[in-house]
Amino acid sequence: MIQAQDGTLVIRLRGTWSLKAGIPSAVDVQNRFASPGMSKRIAFDSRELTSWDSSVLTFLVEVSELCRQRGIPMDREGLPAGVRKLLALAEAVPERKGARREVTEASFLDRVGTSALGLAGSSKEILGFLGEMTVTFFALVRLKARYRASDLFLLIQQCGAQALPIVTLISFLVGVILAFVGAVQLKQFGAQIFVADLVGIAMMREMGAMMTGIIMAGRTGAAFAAQLGTMKVTQEVDALTTAGFSPLEFLVLPRVIALILMMPLLCLYANFVGVIGGAVIGVGMLDLSWTTYFNQTANAISLTDLSGGVFKATVYGVLIALSGCLRGLQCGNSSSAVGDAATSAVVTGIVAIVMACGIFAVVFYILGI
Amino acid sequence: MVGPAPTHNGVKPHITVRDLTMAFGSFVLMHDLSFAVNHGDVFIIMGGSGSGKSTLLRHMIGLIEPAKGDIFYGDQNFTKAEPEQRQELLRRMGVLFQTGGLWSSMTLAENIGMLLEEYTDLNATEIREVASLKLALVGLKGFEDYYPSQISGGMQKRAGLARAMALDPEVLFFDEPSAGLDPISSRLLDELILELRDSLGATVVVVTHELASIFTIGNNSVFLDPDAKTMTASGDPKELLAHCPDPKVRAFLRRGEKENI
Repeated sequence: MIQAQDGTLVIRLRGTWSLKAGIPSAVDVQNRFASPGMSKRIAFDSRELTSWDSSVLTFLVEVSELCRQRGIPMDREGLPAGVRKLLALAEAVPERKGARREVTEASFLDRVGTSALGLAGSSKEILGFLGEMTVTFFALVRLKARYRASDLFLLIQQCGAQALPIVTLISFLVGVILAFVGAVQLKQFGAQIFVADLVGIAMMREMGAMMTGIIMAGRTGAAFAAQLGTMKVTQEVDALTTAGFSPLEFLVLPRVIALILMMPLLCLYANFVGVIGGAVIGVGMLDLSWTTYFNQTANAISLTDLSGGVFKATVYGVLIALSGCLRGLQCGNSSSAVGDAATSAVVTGIVAIVMACGIFAVVFYILGI
Repeated sequence: MVGPAPTHNGVKPHITVRDLTMAFGSFVLMHDLSFAVNHGDVFIIMGGSGSGKSTLLRHMIGLIEPAKGDIFYGDQNFTKAEPEQRQELLRRMGVLFQTGGLWSSMTLAENIGMLLEEYTDLNATEIREVASLKLALVGLKGFEDYYPSQISGGMQKRAGLARAMALDPEVLFFDEPSAGLDPISSRLLDELILELRDSLGATVVVVTHELASIFTIGNNSVFLDPDAKTMTASGDPKELLAHCPDPKVRAFLRRGEKENI
């Protein structure tokens, strides 16, 4: 492609140039420039060029940059007119000073520091949000909070009734799994009947609340973040603020109330379905009768177990609603930010649930519950 | 805190912005913006893309706190106002957001009705009537029970305007009213803005870079220059076109076309 004659480097462009076929590198040209006693001028011959697209331009811009660096004149006469014009267009506006981002590798300490500052910043935001929500709750207690009742009912439907199928499926399977794990071990001692105790207590105390919490974090927490995030992008939140409605009262409060009302019910339901799941294994695999199984379960669990679980579920509900709404309101101004908000809402929700679960375990142990 | 000074002819301006600096963290977007908007003005905030026009508007309606400086409405300092006083001032403003900002979970009538419900003692039937009237004013009679997603972008803009006018505001803010509208709808919206200004007697603040709109409706303006990071001109756009000493402003006002002297 390259021919040298009397100090002029003629670049001959031939055949079909297309982006699909790749872009030839300008290294050859650079090497020619580097070799001594050559190339005082550069010219092109494109008579045999049949078709071209941006690949030619990309190559030529590179060549042109090389020429500029070395002060070699570039004769563009030999190029097709279209290429000449586009090339001129690409070079018409010089690179804006400071526009190019400095890509520097941040040092390890630098990155640690930046993340630490970011963490401090986000903790401050979370604390601020919690504080404002507390104030909003006081407004609710004094019956001064403003939100639309119709929104609340819609939300209750969305995060209550509509969550039943998935809650049914998951808690049934959790009951089955617990029973299976217990059955294999307890059978060795001939203590199959205690599968009912195991499933009952585990569901009531921990698993019912935990599984409902995690399902709702994935289902409802993400939905809350996406809803509020989209409202942020479409300036609906701004419109609320300027109209004098607090987004916290108007958007966050009904969502928190909906989950506070629905989580205990869902948890009770999950407990019940979980026990049925265990019973299916107990009856099917361990040859227990339905009556024995349920009597054994009823004897094993106490009201304290049950109410402890329901209480936990309520707290998880608050955590899910708050993390979903917080991430939604923090959402940036683009569609990808809405996706990030939803992801982050689920992560925050689940982390908060597991942390709360750990704290509950310790507190319940100390209180002897 | 001293209130804004009266202008030379003794009339107090409606909105006064004094030494306003807009910044995100340590990044200063614009500094030392000072201008006054008189009662009944159609005031244009103009400037190239990314110059902070919309950000200035968001400062003026309290969505962003200024890094420095004050914004006055009449004699009241909006920036340093107590929350109740600020709410009181906000109630007298109407804002049309760039995307309309209609509440998507409510019908058009409910969008408008919500404000009336909150700030007036009207009953449900009266609220409905007022909402219909506001929609009729922007040419959307009969669309009361549509949801924002069921109408076109231009109609959403107009519905947003109807909501902005719900409480008969003294100041109307428009963020890029003609963005995304075809030329005819855009002109109709301009005419609507002027008519509303004349009949409601409201002050109008418009963020735009549409030259046609600027000259048709504007009688006062401020030009934001992103390179200088401050305002480089203010006044009637038609005067600025003829007499502004800054060539950048003149170039902006004639789409960068050559001046034929």
